[in-house]
Formats: sequence, structure tokens, C-alpha cells
Amino acid sequence: MINFIFLFFFLLIAISAIVVLWSRNVLYSAFSLLVTFLGISALYVMAGADFVAVTQILIYVGGILVLLIFGVMLTNKGDRKTDDKNDILTESRNRFWGILVAMGLFTLLFYTFSGADFAGIHRQNFGDNEQSLSSVKGVGVQLMTEFVLPFEITGILLMVALIGSAYLASSRKSDD
Amino acid sequence: MENNYLSYYLLLSALLFSIGLAIVIVKRNIIVVLMGIELMLNAVNLNLVAFSKNDPNLQGQMFALFVMVVAVCEAVVALAITLKAFEHFKTVNLDRINELKK
Repeated sequence: MINFIFLFFFLLIAISAIVVLWSRNVLYSAFSLLVTFLGISALYVMAGADFVAVTQILIYVGGILVLLIFGVMLTNKGDRKTDDKNDILTESRNRFWGILVAMGLFTLLFYTFSGADFAGIHRQNFGDNEQSLSSVKGVGVQLMTEFVLPFEITGILLMVALIGSAYLASSRKSDD
Repeated sequence: MENNYLSYYLLLSALLFSIGLAIVIVKRNIIVVLMGIELMLNAVNLNLVAFSKNDPNLQGQMFALFVMVVAVCEAVVALAITLKAFEHFKTVNLDRINELKK
């Protein structure tokens, strides 16, 4: 049963990611990216990372994707020729070489990890710990003990990004 | 629980990374290129989470969370730059944004 669910989400992610690449319409790409993010969060749940899955939905679907769709709407010229359909299309260039480089990278990665032996890793390190039902407590404890310095630096980074983007996007007409 | 699915996670992660790279190379709209970058970051996150299964220290998941935060910052700043570039060049086609100063 769990195999079928995994296979379903696997194919869902693969197909919707290919649709992002294939589609010329920007909004179709955005919506199939939504499906990709949701499928990836389902795979996080199946890997036992429920907090990361919820964070994925909150940040990627609720934040980044909405931001990208706002970007599509804000950077859309209105003076296009008036068709009956108002699609927002994207152009593509050096299609052959791009696909070739991507397939080469995929082949390289596949060759690399198909030759690796992962069976020893999780038998050695992650032996027989009791798998707790939720990872939220573990994530919280780790954030406050071992990862407290990166956590605080993350706060500073977020504030820098906030101030920087507000400064960049503000409309100043005086200096140009 | 055995980590039977690890190789499939790696396969999917490699596929997503390759597709993201192809999007970044091929597409000419800034927003779609950003989507490709997000896809690549997601592929890396998937790898980290898959390896951190059954890890009592949850280090892979922590790193995935920090990667997400950095991805948010990157998306926000990139969108602000995109808006300014659109205001100046009146286009978001990357081939036509080719000068730093007029």
C-alpha cells in the first residue's frame, strides 16, 4: 500500500516538474510548481519529517509561490496585441543545449549514486533507535541547543532581506 | 523501519535538480528562472531529508529548514530586483536586460 502511495507521489512530482519545464505559459508553470511542492511535502512526511513537510507547505506554497505569481502579475505588460486569450508566455532559448546539459547532469548523478553503497550507512549509524511519532520536539530541541547560533543568524539574515528588498522595491523618483 | 526508499529519493532528487537546471538555462523569463532555482533548492532539501531519516539528531532536517529560510530571502530580494529591472527596462526577458548603466 505504502509503495503505491510513494509511486503516486513520485510520478506526480516528476510529471508536474516536467510540465514546469515544458509549458510556455508562465501561470501554468506556476501552478504545476504548486503541485510539485505539495508532492515533495508528502514525500517529506513519508521520510518521517513532518515538521519540515508543514514548513514546506507554509513557506513554499504559501509564501514563495504566491510571491512568484505576484511577480508574474506585476511584470506583465498590458500593451500586448489584443488576442482573445491573454496568456503570459515565456520565450526559450538554446533549448537543445540546455536539455542536453541537464540530461548529462542527470546521467552523472545517476551514475554516481547507483555505484554507491548506502546499505552500510544506515545500518551502521542509525541502528535501532526508537522512531518517535513526531519530529517537532526533536527539531525544537536541536534549534535551541546545537543550532542556536545559525538560528539567530537566520533572524539577522531575514531582517537584512526585509530591509534590502523594501529599499530596492521602493519607488524613488529623485535619483535615477 | 528500514530506509528502503532512499535510492528512489535520490533518483527523484537528481531528476528535479536536472529539470531545474534545464529551466534556468532554457527559459528567458526572470520569474520562470526563479521557479527553476526554487526547484533545484527543493531537490537538495529532498536529498537532505531522505538521508536524515532515522537519524536521532535530525541534522539533515535542520539543514533543510535553514535552506528554506535562505530560499525565502533569495526569492524576496530577487523579486525586488526584478521589479526594479522591469521598471527600468520595461521587460523581464533576460536577453534584453543586457546593460548595467545607460
